[in-house]
Amino acid sequence: MIERRPYLRVVRHAVLIAAVAAILFPVYVAFVASTLSFEEVLHVPMRLWPGDHLLENYAAVMAHGSAKGSSAPVGRMMLNSLVSALVISIGKISISIISAFAIVYFRFPLRRTCFWLIFITLMLPVEVRILPTYQVAANLKLIDTYAGLTLPLIASATATFLFRQFFLTIPDEYAEAARIDGAGPLRFFKDVVLPLSRTNIAALFVIMFIFGWNQYLWPLLVTTQESMYTTVIGIKRMIPGGDAAAEWHLVMATAMLAMLPPALVVLLMQKWFVKGLVDTEK
Amino acid sequence: MGAISLRRVEKTYGLPPKGNKVIHGVSAEIADGEFVVIVGPSGCGKSTLLRMVAGLETITGGEIEIGGRVVNDLEPAERDIAMVFQNYALYPHMSVFDNMAYGLRIRRVPPAEIRARVDKAAAILELAPFLERKPRELSGGQRQRVAMGRAIVRQPQVFLFDEPLSNLDAKLRAQTRLEIQKLHNELHVTSLFVTHDQVEAMTLAQRMIVMNAGRMEQIGTPDEVYHRPATTFVAGFIGSPPMNLLRGRAEGTRFALGDQTLALPRAAPRTGEIVLGVRPEHLAVARAGAPAWSMRVDALEMLGAERLVYGLVGGALVTLRIDATLPPPKIGETIAIEAPNDRLHWFDVDTHQRVAAAAAVPA
Amino acid sequence: MEKRVHFGSRWLPYALVLPQIAVTLVFFVWPAAETLYYSALLQDAFASKVQFVWFDNFVTLFQDPHYLASFRITALFSAIVAITGLALSLLLAVFADRVLRGASVYKTLLIWPYAVAPAVAGVLWLFMLSPSIGILTYTLRGLGIDWNYYVNGGQALLLICVAAIWKQISYNFLFFLAGLQSIPSSLTEAAAIDGAGPVRRFWTIVFPLLSPTAFFLLVVNVVYAFFDTFAIVDSTTQGGPAQATQILVFKIYQDGVQALDLGGSAAQSVVLMIIVIALTVVQFRWVERKVQY
Repeated sequence: MIERRPYLRVVRHAVLIAAVAAILFPVYVAFVASTLSFEEVLHVPMRLWPGDHLLENYAAVMAHGSAKGSSAPVGRMMLNSLVSALVISIGKISISIISAFAIVYFRFPLRRTCFWLIFITLMLPVEVRILPTYQVAANLKLIDTYAGLTLPLIASATATFLFRQFFLTIPDEYAEAARIDGAGPLRFFKDVVLPLSRTNIAALFVIMFIFGWNQYLWPLLVTTQESMYTTVIGIKRMIPGGDAAAEWHLVMATAMLAMLPPALVVLLMQKWFVKGLVDTEK
Repeated sequence: MGAISLRRVEKTYGLPPKGNKVIHGVSAEIADGEFVVIVGPSGCGKSTLLRMVAGLETITGGEIEIGGRVVNDLEPAERDIAMVFQNYALYPHMSVFDNMAYGLRIRRVPPAEIRARVDKAAAILELAPFLERKPRELSGGQRQRVAMGRAIVRQPQVFLFDEPLSNLDAKLRAQTRLEIQKLHNELHVTSLFVTHDQVEAMTLAQRMIVMNAGRMEQIGTPDEVYHRPATTFVAGFIGSPPMNLLRGRAEGTRFALGDQTLALPRAAPRTGEIVLGVRPEHLAVARAGAPAWSMRVDALEMLGAERLVYGLVGGALVTLRIDATLPPPKIGETIAIEAPNDRLHWFDVDTHQRVAAAAAVPA
Repeated sequence: MEKRVHFGSRWLPYALVLPQIAVTLVFFVWPAAETLYYSALLQDAFASKVQFVWFDNFVTLFQDPHYLASFRITALFSAIVAITGLALSLLLAVFADRVLRGASVYKTLLIWPYAVAPAVAGVLWLFMLSPSIGILTYTLRGLGIDWNYYVNGGQALLLICVAAIWKQISYNFLFFLAGLQSIPSSLTEAAAIDGAGPVRRFWTIVFPLLSPTAFFLLVVNVVYAFFDTFAIVDSTTQGGPAQATQILVFKIYQDGVQALDLGGSAAQSVVLMIIVIALTVVQFRWVERKVQY
């Protein structure tokens, strides 16, 4: 704004603060709910300041989940989510970066085919191939395993394209110098390409971690035992039929736990997060 | 009625007491129709000063008057000014015509008049064939002319130029400089032109404001600034190659510089530590019998019509400009040079201000 | 773009590309091919009888009023989510742009909801709008509005819209902010000197220059509304009441996994595939147009 009218500035801040409040309100309500007792949370209207049952609720939910609906301990679910998210993000980045490296730095027959094959996956989100993918997983005995939770989600076109784009901007002189120095392709990759890709890897890690942690449809299909649930689907399972029957204070505690790691990753790695979002959509 | 008055103008960023003061009390009176250039090195505050006149920066101290009105609290749109930006700032999604017509449409000028004004400006700037094109289809020079056209059609009281030639290549710069001069001769609109290039300043200005570190060092015509620099900064900034500034100890007609004692053609204005200034083009190879300085030649540069001789006098670096028809000295050779009677400048060692010579200096 | 340097090696590139291609073939290409195949089959749930029927499933689909209703709901849903989401985030981005104090604080506070899982977003809004104990329900009752999305289909749709928009605002906001910041300030300054006030500057200068970003976000938001909102629907309304929130992707799940109608859900999947491909192509084509300054 170039003009200096003070009331304009007040309006801007007011709107922004209102927006922040509106965005944060649901989370705040969840937090308060997670610190109340069962009776307090069912009371209408629910109070808006925190109660004293914080530790109690979180401990209960981590250890034995909710008595109504699913009773899987959330602690276990957090572990599943963590393993899943880490394997997915690290896996996606690893296989994408070597694929991109191969596509950019080598000429081989079928190179174009591979490229288009990878491109196709952009257009095939899990939702359009639910049943057959499930069948494949079942046939490979991947149901209720970490492999089943993660493998099918590990091929990512966006990561490959991002790396490919980035590699194309690495000056040819680096590769030529490496060649002259006698370094083979793998050495070149390890000593030159990888260090240069650090920021991209960090950016992608944030996005992929969030993606992996927040997965819903696929874990829903591929896990049948409560011990393999991830936190995100665990919450849904805690809400049986009609909503009054759920132990809302525990459900909200679980929701807070589900939101925590991705939020932390975003906050701590905000710079890379922003870069990752912007880059993956180009 | 486009006179500009700057009265003790100041700019401080941030709140006191920790604020950062970037403009320290600049005062100047600019007459209606005058073309004034604000020149100085990067970071000296010249653009900030211009933007304060435009209303794009707030004025934290002092007053600015345009056409008799104090404009401190007026928005840019209310100040009746037009500005030409360094990167042209043309609206990329509009045609050249629409770019120029934008301001007029906002002010509800009737379409017939808009057409007339734009056509007239396009004629002056030779833009008539491009009126329906978009900026990205034009070259840098053409874009700059569109930016000027946009300013002209508004018929403002004041034109503000923010380093408009810096993005052009050397040849285009020279050409556009002439066009700006022609424009000013035709339209006679008060103009404030900011640049870091002292050649642009010298060629375009009716008067110049030389700025350094937020302060106005001198205001005057190019002649005044060149022949009577008010401070060592101005002396060293204007003129290429820059003036030789020698710090030594003066006593009467003797000047102790390093290990040499130089003979002066005329007595120094005061005794003691002082800075002596003399331009390279005013030094010459000494004639027989004249009081001479001894210079050991270190380097030579051949510039076609003239030569630059670099060397040491009393341990201080001195540059000398001589005609190329004269035989050049050899590197390592010690030659005798003389300083002119009337082209010596004296500056105070601490305040850097000009010290008046004992006798009048012809302008 | 090609690199002029490349390494010669017979087997290495294949080894490097193998993991991704393997996973792609096994979990993407093969299931997609199977989907295409199933969509042309009529099969009963016990797979005892299989009949190849070409496009019959599709014909049935487009004559099925439930499917058409689902299509309409999805179209309505994505329109609401995309347009409202874009408008709100644009407003916030404009206000947050170049605010002197606290710009980065606002930015941080407004972008972290991206980290929230759609399923969790659904549950949060479910809790606040629960007809029995929801705190917002209480406020609405106080205003005279009877809120019960179990019964009122329109309200159920509203619920999932709100949850979807809430989650997506941060993403849109971020891109709009980046777009705004890429417009050189000299353009708005020139417009201000020309006499344009803030509103006119926005509509005549800023918005036209922002349109590539806006268009890109529109496509992304539509894709988001079509696919990533499955979790929101499943965690809140499960398509109800009476299919009022049964968006296409949810119907596929219901028909395929719950009702075990292989042919029908496969056909629906194929339709959705075509839509994604169309949207992706549009996105790639149009994102090529960048404005030069």
